[in-house]
Amino acid sequence: MSDIPEVERYELSEPPPYYFGFDRRQFIKAFSGGLVLLVPLTHVLAQEPQSQGESGRGGFDRDLPQEIGAWIHIDQDGSIGVYTGKVEFGQNIRTSLAQAVADELHVPVSMVRLVMGDTELTPFDLGTFGSRTTPTMAPQLRKAAAAARETLISLVAQQWQVEPSSIRIADARFVNHDTTKSLTFADVAKGLKLVKTIPPDTKLTPADKWTIAGTSVPKVDGRDYVTGRHKYTSDLRRERMLFGSIVRPTSFNATLESREPANVPGTSVVQDGDFLGVAASDPLTASSTAKAITARWKTVADQPGNAELFEYLRKNSGQGRGRPIGSIVDGLAAADKKLEQTYTVAYIAHAPLEPRAAVAEWTDNKLTVWTGTQRPFGVRGELAETFHIPVSNIRVIVPDTGSGYGGKHSGECAVEAARLALTTKRPVKVVWSREEEFSWAYFRPAGVIDVKSGVKNDGTITAWEFHNYNSGSSAIQSRYDIANQNIQFHESKSPLRQGSYRGLAATANHFARETHIDELATLLNMDPLQFRLKNLKDARMRGVLEAAATRFGWGRQNKEPKEPMRGVGIACGFEKGGYVATCAEVSVERGTGKVQLERIVEAFECGAIVNPKHLENQIEGAIVQGIGGTLFEEIFFAHGNILNPRFSRYRVPRFNDVPPIEVVLVDRKDLPSAGAGETPIVGLAPAVGNAIFAATGKRLRSLPLAPKGLQT
Amino acid sequence: MPNIIALNVNGKKLSVNVDPQASLLSVLRNDLDLTGTKYGCGEAQCGACTVLIDGQQTRSCITQVGRVANSQITTIEGLEKDGQLHPLQEAFLKADAMQCGYCTPGMIMSGVALLNKNSKPTREDIVHHMNGNICRCGTYLRIVAAIQMAAAEKGNAK
Repeated sequence: MSDIPEVERYELSEPPPYYFGFDRRQFIKAFSGGLVLLVPLTHVLAQEPQSQGESGRGGFDRDLPQEIGAWIHIDQDGSIGVYTGKVEFGQNIRTSLAQAVADELHVPVSMVRLVMGDTELTPFDLGTFGSRTTPTMAPQLRKAAAAARETLISLVAQQWQVEPSSIRIADARFVNHDTTKSLTFADVAKGLKLVKTIPPDTKLTPADKWTIAGTSVPKVDGRDYVTGRHKYTSDLRRERMLFGSIVRPTSFNATLESREPANVPGTSVVQDGDFLGVAASDPLTASSTAKAITARWKTVADQPGNAELFEYLRKNSGQGRGRPIGSIVDGLAAADKKLEQTYTVAYIAHAPLEPRAAVAEWTDNKLTVWTGTQRPFGVRGELAETFHIPVSNIRVIVPDTGSGYGGKHSGECAVEAARLALTTKRPVKVVWSREEEFSWAYFRPAGVIDVKSGVKNDGTITAWEFHNYNSGSSAIQSRYDIANQNIQFHESKSPLRQGSYRGLAATANHFARETHIDELATLLNMDPLQFRLKNLKDARMRGVLEAAATRFGWGRQNKEPKEPMRGVGIACGFEKGGYVATCAEVSVERGTGKVQLERIVEAFECGAIVNPKHLENQIEGAIVQGIGGTLFEEIFFAHGNILNPRFSRYRVPRFNDVPPIEVVLVDRKDLPSAGAGETPIVGLAPAVGNAIFAATGKRLRSLPLAPKGLQT
Repeated sequence: MPNIIALNVNGKKLSVNVDPQASLLSVLRNDLDLTGTKYGCGEAQCGACTVLIDGQQTRSCITQVGRVANSQITTIEGLEKDGQLHPLQEAFLKADAMQCGYCTPGMIMSGVALLNKNSKPTREDIVHHMNGNICRCGTYLRIVAAIQMAAAEKGNAK
């Protein structure tokens, strides 16, 4: 089994993001004073030649990194700014990153201000996805903060002519050993003009010594949200701004042949290739004009729909990717029992509650776009490509956004607003309707997974063959210790536009794997928990399984059949540095087949915990979102159209779908923190499916499991 | 056809020159710049646009502005009084009942409507009343807790 994480193609196979290093000359020119600590973009720290003692009041490192990942600025007024290209989508990193910096600087969180996701103010960042912020950005910012602290302390030490070790920071002031002297951050930063990179010997505060990180600091700007003051992209307004509306093709891949009328008085109708949009002074006029335009589209015939989806994915798949271990033939020969099954997952939609939105404004050939995207620099690249202008003429700003879950990597809406703004020479706002968001964004990939396995009567799995068609390779590797494995991911032609999703394919792969494991346990008449533990050496995986099982009371469940039918299920998983185990109890009503989740217990371990309350919130949120994909979310499509592009036809989890959820946090202060926004979603579907089997004897192998209840 | 319509929003008398058939949501957001009320679906399915009309929770996305000319309209911006948050706003902060926050104003307005007519709602009352509001981040359990917290607070204050 390899520990090398599989590259997730949906994140990295997008057109290569333009990788323009941040112009450091420009940065230095713009830098007015204070102290800046730079975080190099790549992990080149160890190899970097370090500057010699810069103990003066000014100066720049000789060897500043060419490419910068982030920086911390202690301004001359003592304010602390953190500059990162990451964006806030509800995962609360504006708070958790501030905690990390405040922790090392020994200042209250309220003193730390984050500037995020602005291509002019913040350095290049690939994007906010893949649960990378906590494991990569947070420790780097922490290092920069620690280095800033040490630099400032050494300046104070020089001034006071004392040893740096005698100085500490208390109540946001530098104080000497007997607190007879003190200086504020402003006192120390005043007149300073110093840019540094992180010295290699910078030490991080170990997690067991954290005072601000590791605690449940409330959302830093929570008050703006509960009062409605926070401005999302869709809330922004610019002087003389127009509202845009797009005329959509009648089906996917259609091209525009003609349209009429050519112009509508009081509005601007803009056509450019297959793009057709309207700008008007109010949104109602824009949308009603767009609706009134008669466009003729040349459609593409024979686009597949749900009926032929899985066959289509298999038929259009390519060579598998994966390195076999041992021999499946030998493994199957050694087995007492064999099992071969197929699992499928549907396309589902992210349906972020804030649909795509953008405000675009051209000033002297320069383009500024406000938009909610997880990839501000990627969208800048898309705009550069579309409008044939250099990226230096484009600024993309991402206001804290109404969620994405992997669904907002792209810049469609930014391009549309910018195109309308170009012709009208006025700022234009485009906000997608719910129907547009459901139809013209992209989906979590559908997939087919074939599993063939062999097992001995004593419970040892001897062979594991796993083929995933289209859904993706995230978490495709098994954590079970199996001597003979052949795990392959087959790319396929997707009938629908597809991309990232919370946890990516980890949900599909865990669903297939953990359902199949359960089937093997049934085949052997073994307890599903004991069967898993028998084949698992990974102590962290065993740890979460045991933690979840203990809290749930696994093994103590009542075996007597009840009305309605009740059952329990368990599943475990690993992805992106996080370990998860989920136990579910479900009931199924006889006659109606209504499936009700009764109770969920989930144990999660992602190393040292940064903010317990926000972590719990993320885990609960992942479970709740997972309920949709597990039980009823599914996109219906045919002939290049989405057939259920509304909340009235696409059911998402609501209040009454949510059972009591107990989260068991496993805090490992001895391990680096991993991200937590995604992995807690992966255990739910198999745990619920396994519980439904326990309740009814009916094995479900397709997600969603029971969109219309269980057909008994 | 545009028309001058007198509105009473958050205790202020205002007049707007709009088509009476325009949605209240669009008038609040685009004509009055009260952007705390959100668009989520346009078909009264998600609750992001919830406001109070004479104390009753109402989906502003399907409410024609001409029909509420003589009513008291309360939006999320109208809950805070003299810098003092409404107890439910406080409870949302305490319970960490949000992630991206986009559904939050609609959730709070629906919750306030519930508390106005039922000062001691049970868990079932809350779930039943709030079921038309969607939180895609999945913070439902925290929202229930926040409403219970605010109800308890109110009970204590009496």
